Amino acid sequence: MSLRARVVVERPRFRLDAALEVADGEVVALLGPNGAGKTTALRALAGLTQNRGSVVLDGEVLDRVPPERRRVGVVFQDYLLFPHLSVVDNVAFGPRCRGTGRAAARREAMEWLERTGLAEYADVKPRSLSGGQAQRVALARALAVHPRLLLLDEPLAALDAGTRLEIRARLRQHLAGFEAATVLVTHDALDAMVLADRIVVLERGAIVQEGTPAEITRRPRTDYVARLVGLNLYRGRAADGVVELAAGGRLSVDAPVTGEVFVAFPPSAVALYAQRPEGSPRNVWRGTVMGVERQGDRVRVELSGAPPVVADVTPAAVAELELLAGQPVWAAVKATETHAYPAQV
Amino acid sequence: MRRIPPALLVPAVLGLLFLVLPLVGLLVRTPWTSVPRLLAAPDSLNALRLSLVTATLATVLSLVLGVPLAWLLARVRFPGRRLVRALVTIPLVLPPVVGGVALLLVFGRRGLVGSWWGLSLPFTTAGVVVAEAFVAMPFLVVAVEGALLAADLRYEEAAVTLGASRWTVFRRITLPMVGPGVVAGAVLCWARALGEFGATITFAGNFPGRTQTMPLAVYLALESDPDAAILLSLVLLLVSVAVLVGLRGRWIGEGGMA
Repeated sequence: MSLRARVVVERPRFRLDAALEVADGEVVALLGPNGAGKTTALRALAGLTQNRGSVVLDGEVLDRVPPERRRVGVVFQDYLLFPHLSVVDNVAFGPRCRGTGRAAARREAMEWLERTGLAEYADVKPRSLSGGQAQRVALARALAVHPRLLLLDEPLAALDAGTRLEIRARLRQHLAGFEAATVLVTHDALDAMVLADRIVVLERGAIVQEGTPAEITRRPRTDYVARLVGLNLYRGRAADGVVELAAGGRLSVDAPVTGEVFVAFPPSAVALYAQRPEGSPRNVWRGTVMGVERQGDRVRVELSGAPPVVADVTPAAVAELELLAGQPVWAAVKATETHAYPAQV
Repeated sequence: MRRIPPALLVPAVLGLLFLVLPLVGLLVRTPWTSVPRLLAAPDSLNALRLSLVTATLATVLSLVLGVPLAWLLARVRFPGRRLVRALVTIPLVLPPVVGGVALLLVFGRRGLVGSWWGLSLPFTTAGVVVAEAFVAMPFLVVAVEGALLAADLRYEEAAVTLGASRWTVFRRITLPMVGPGVVAGAVLCWARALGEFGATITFAGNFPGRTQTMPLAVYLALESDPDAAILLSLVLLLVSVAVLVGLRGRWIGEGGMA
């Protein structure tokens, strides 16, 4: 293990306590809603915030090492390129601080810029760069100190949707080529899925789930994760193929589970009817339309009921069923489309 | 266009007149015919040169001591910081004459420090610089501290993660980023030093060519040669305005780092 850390930060009415292990070459995403403590965790790893836990990097305990001697590279949100220095001087800043001579540091910085395809911008000031270019410069600046640990705080949040796709792919390439441990913070599930080998979900200062993107997507363990990956998620007690849900109601499932379980299914698995559908082995229950929202070529319908559920239907179905807020409808889900798994790991 | 309430407009215009009229009076009453004679007088030229030199030296001294002091107040947490901040601003509100007396008690021949280092500051040109710096430095400290507090600390943190020591961060990140604030503070400080009267005359006296700065020359001339006093005042005004305008166009007008 390259990074082995426990970050503990206490603030008035907030406590962050999270254990992290990241192998060399591994990219771990800290995923969580705003205020979950993601950035605080990153700052504690970098030494910018007092950590009451412990950070061990390559076997060295860093707790008493000041941030300027940790060799931890940080790509900050908004990138924080020094506005008064040219792009090449921004990248050369780290090597200069570590005692490299002016000319050698500039040469080194130019190599980094060439590697990121930004050599032609070496002498411009950061303010004339686009968001994507600024991000690449920030990454080059962080990598130029040959960090033993790379931290990225919302590396894509400052970009507009149009460039985001391309820059995400490019960032993935760069991270794949980085041999030390990487921790990135994001509130965007897609960013986490694309960029990370492993996802750690942080909510209210505590880790609620960790696993590969595939595991997290298939088996969310909290409402937040389920909503992020676009699944309906319920907790309940299973017996003989039927789960009594904590949120009310019951669901037949197609898995041999018993005891405390989660049941998850995508909104597209939910069908809506004006009248109770007859004669099929389905989970059917009554709900009331709470909201209708267009998402691309589908319409997302939110229902209250036992249990409450989110359904994705076609615009045609919305028109046919005259779906409006307050309208009663019937929801149906096939047992074979549900996914049930034990709540205890 | 929306009407401006008279209750605000009338006092505003009166205030403007109040500030501008005396300057107009100065221009109107200037004895233009005797300008060459008065300007050629060695005392006037000496006083002008001495004022410019001492105000500049006082500003340099204030920069060397005041910028680090402002940094300490803005960046380092230490017990009694609020007290120190209050102490620093005392010369701002202290009557300058009191400042001069206090300086005499410390740096005078029999003062706390003066008797110990054997150097005589009072009634020398160096004394003028000290008196001016004492009165003017708080302007610089307050301005620079304000700029430091307004600066985005995250840039300094970014520099730290790149391996910069505190000194490097200050030199290569903090100082360049608060540059406009430092310049503004230095201009304020210089202008205040240029006009310094009370502390200077108390601590350094009024010796032509050695400690007689422009304000002292103006005050003295007002009794012996009022025309000379008016002209010297005008020169002082022009020098101040010229420096303010020159610097504003160059640095201050650009308004901070984005």
